[in-house]
Formats: sequence, C-alpha cells, structure tokens
Amino acid sequence: MPKYLLIMRGTDESNAAMMANIDEMIATSRQFIDDLFKAGVYVAAEGLDDPAKGVVVDFGGETPVVTDGPYGETKELFGGFFLIDVASKEEAVEWAKRVPAAPGAKVEVRRVPGGDETPH
Amino acid sequence: MEAVWRIESARIVAALTRFTGDFGLAEDAAQEAVAEALVSWPRTPPADPAGWLMATARRRAIDAIRRRAALRDRYAVLATDPALGAAAGDEVDPDRIDDDVLALMFVSCHPVLSPEARVALTLRVVAGLSSQEIARAFLVSVPALQARITRGKKTIAAAGVPFELPPPAERRERLGGVLSVLYVIFTEGSTATSGDRLVRPEVAYEAIRLARTLAALLPDEPEVHGLLALCELTAARFPARTAPDGSPVLLEDQDRRRWDVSAIHRGLAALAKASAGGGLGPYGLQAAIAATHAAAPSVEATGWDRIVVLYEALGRVAPSPVVELNRAVAVAMASGPEEALAIVDELVVSDRLAGSHLVPTVRGELLTRLGRRPEARAELELAARLCANERERSVLLRKAAELD
Repeated sequence: MPKYLLIMRGTDESNAAMMANIDEMIATSRQFIDDLFKAGVYVAAEGLDDPAKGVVVDFGGETPVVTDGPYGETKELFGGFFLIDVASKEEAVEWAKRVPAAPGAKVEVRRVPGGDETPH
Repeated sequence: MEAVWRIESARIVAALTRFTGDFGLAEDAAQEAVAEALVSWPRTPPADPAGWLMATARRRAIDAIRRRAALRDRYAVLATDPALGAAAGDEVDPDRIDDDVLALMFVSCHPVLSPEARVALTLRVVAGLSSQEIARAFLVSVPALQARITRGKKTIAAAGVPFELPPPAERRERLGGVLSVLYVIFTEGSTATSGDRLVRPEVAYEAIRLARTLAALLPDEPEVHGLLALCELTAARFPARTAPDGSPVLLEDQDRRRWDVSAIHRGLAALAKASAGGGLGPYGLQAAIAATHAAAPSVEATGWDRIVVLYEALGRVAPSPVVELNRAVAVAMASGPEEALAIVDELVVSDRLAGSHLVPTVRGELLTRLGRRPEARAELELAARLCANERERSVLLRKAAELD
C-alpha cells in the first residue's frame, strides 16, 4: 500500500500568520487528523519545533560539522508532516488539499516506498 | 474525482440513507452523482468537490423519490425537512455523520444477508470500491457481482432493516458479524482462495482501512483493536511472504528484515489498546500470537512457550480443531514432537477435521522429526491427495519423496 508524506512547508510570513491564530490552527489540525483517522488512512503526524532550535550536520568537510539552525534564508521551512496510507497519489493530493495551512504555505506530497522497494 | 469519491462515498451514502430512509436509493443517487461529476467536472471543476457530490446526490435522491408515486407522501415530508432544503454544501453535524458511517457498516453487514452479499456491500458502500474492483478481487464476473449487490439491497429493503445503530444489547453480537466480514475481506486478500496470486494486498489493505475506521468510531471495543492488530501484524509480513516468482516463502525461510516495521508498530499499538481492559478476545489473542512472531529474530528464537499459552487461551474462548492443530505445532516447537503428536492423534480420533489435508500434513512433519519415516511418508502422501492447492501439493510430494 502506498504511503505518502504530506510535508508542511511554511514561509516566515505564513508561520507568523499561523502563530497569530494558533488556537484555531490547533483545532483545525485536530479535526483534520480526526478525519484521517476516520477514513482509516492515518499513520503518523507531527509538528516540528522552531527551526532556530534545530542544528545542521554538514558533511562538506573531512569530518561532519555541526552548526546551529538549519537555514541561511528562511524561504520555506518544514513545519511538520502527516504520514498517510492511501490508495493512490490522487487520493494523497486530495488529502493534501484539505491540510490546514496559512496563506503562502505549501504542502509537498512525497511517496514513501514500501520495504520491498528501493527508493528512487 | 475517483479520489474524492473514495474519501467521501461512505459519508454521502450514509447521510442520504438517513435522509431518505432507503439504503438502496441512497446508493443509487450517490452513483448518479458520480456519473454526473464525470461529465461535468472536466469542464467546470467545483470549488468544493465533496460538497458538490453531496448536494448533487441529495438532489438525485429527491428526484428519485419524486418519480416514485407510491412515495409521494414521504416526498412531501422530505421537501419540508429543513435539513434537505438547505443550500448545497451546507453544514452537516460531523458527529452525526460518524454515527451514520457506523450505522452503514452495521447495515451492510446485517445478518439477513448472505456472507457474500455482506462482503460485497461493505466494499461497495463503505469502502467505496467500484463493482469492477470488487469483482476483480473476488474473481467473479461484474454482472454476477452487481446482481449480488442488487439482491443484497433488495433483501435489506424487504426485511425492513432500519438505518440505525443496533440497540446496545444487540450491538456486541452484531459487531461480531461486522468484524468477521472485515476479517473475511482481509483473509481473502492475504491468502487468495483461488487465482494465480498468493496475496492480493490491495484487498487486504482495504480491510485494514475499514478496521482502522471502525477502531476510530468504536474506540472502547477491545476486539475492534484486536482485529486491527491482527491484520496489521499479518500484513507486516507481506513483503517477505512471496519470492520474486510469486511462489510462497515459508515463515522459517522469510527474510525478516523485509517485514514492514511501521506496520508492526501500528499492530503492537492496537494490541495494547485491545488488552487495555484486561483479557483478550479471539482476535486479540491471535494478534498476540502474531506479535510474538513479529518480535522474534528467527523461528528458533521465537517465544514458543508464550505462543502455546496463547493458543491454550484461544482454545478456551474460541475452541476449534484448527486452533488445536496450531497449538500442536507450537507445542512441537516448544517441547518437542512427541507431546505434539499426542494432540494431533486426539484430533484424528475425534474426527473433527476429517477430509482436511492439514492434519496429515502436521502429522507427517511430526513423524518425520521422530524418525518414523515410512509412516511419515504415508501421511504426507495422504495430505497431498487431500490438498487442493497446486503449489502446496507439490511441496508435500517433494517432502514425501525425500523420505525414500
């Protein structure tokens, strides 16, 4: 069964808009997850913490170098994800259209290959 | 379009059944809405596809009722129903809708229907599969499948089955029927009874999704979680169960690295919920057995003692000769073939699995392990004569020949 990752890609502006209405966003997200549950397609969903609290491990040199914060420019930030188990890419896209998101944000839909497949 | 239908169909049919009181009419109206969408969406895609389908199906349902002279009185009532008169895409109480989908599951699994009709209706109206998809999955012709569905709808109408959740007293008993329909769908997908493929995962996954939906709607019913756990843990092995040429790979030969780890985690989580209330029911116990296999690095390192105990418990809550036979296999792994042979011999004496190739298959294996070669060979040859599956039969004959 194909699994799909719906990746929330916010911008500084859309994240700010989301934080301004955080209670509403949490409520609509809960509703969305509830809908995923009741359609039998929910696998996992998590929101990610503030990107500024993250680190990046850079393999550019001889040994990995750890630096604070993931991005130089914050055009698109991964804010969280929904992992769903659906019949087709089209169905994943339909769910993606229903993801609660602030204006300016994007949702990226990526297929998760099964254990017997090689990612490509 | 298909994707929207898949997501929304159960809700639409359920809501329409509540409005019209007629399950068959609701299903037909929803189908007509889909047909209309196929024609009109490519030209003018709606802003709210789900709402569009619901509104159109509702309009179709009213048209159908209007056409039925005998139902003229009811139409008058419907026409004045504020819920029906509201604009397209209006608000519908989500809690009520969930109850509707649950009621839909109970109606499509109603005991007045034949088991085949229950399976077909559940896949058709709850899972939203097309007649073609169901016919392909169960290897019947599309007209035969459609006739089965039509008969099922007529049976429900003739029996006057109300569209509602069964009263609490009946609920548990009827829930057992719903679970068994889902399990039948799952087993058809996990071990196809006929055809050229051992596994039809898409059918099995449809059952898993229905079980997940049921678990979301009835979170306090342990056996729903038990069934879900059993299905998830069984499906976790699918990637390792067949060789590249499609032939079956036995448990002891499976590459356990190919088991679906996330399915195992989901299964274990569901199993935890199934046992939250204390004891496990029949599905929960079978899931616990599957979980013991899933946790083991190899056949040898499996917790066979635990599996024996679980089969003993299963034999108490849901006694059957197949459970006895499985217990014998587990006992053979835990304590050796001698003790297991005694259990199988009792089964032979009681004659409860007469004609099945399973008893001589297991007996033959145990006798082989005990070094009683001529007897083992006779048993395996008997098993091969009784076995209907071509692939299994050739394995049995090969094992018998190795004992020469």
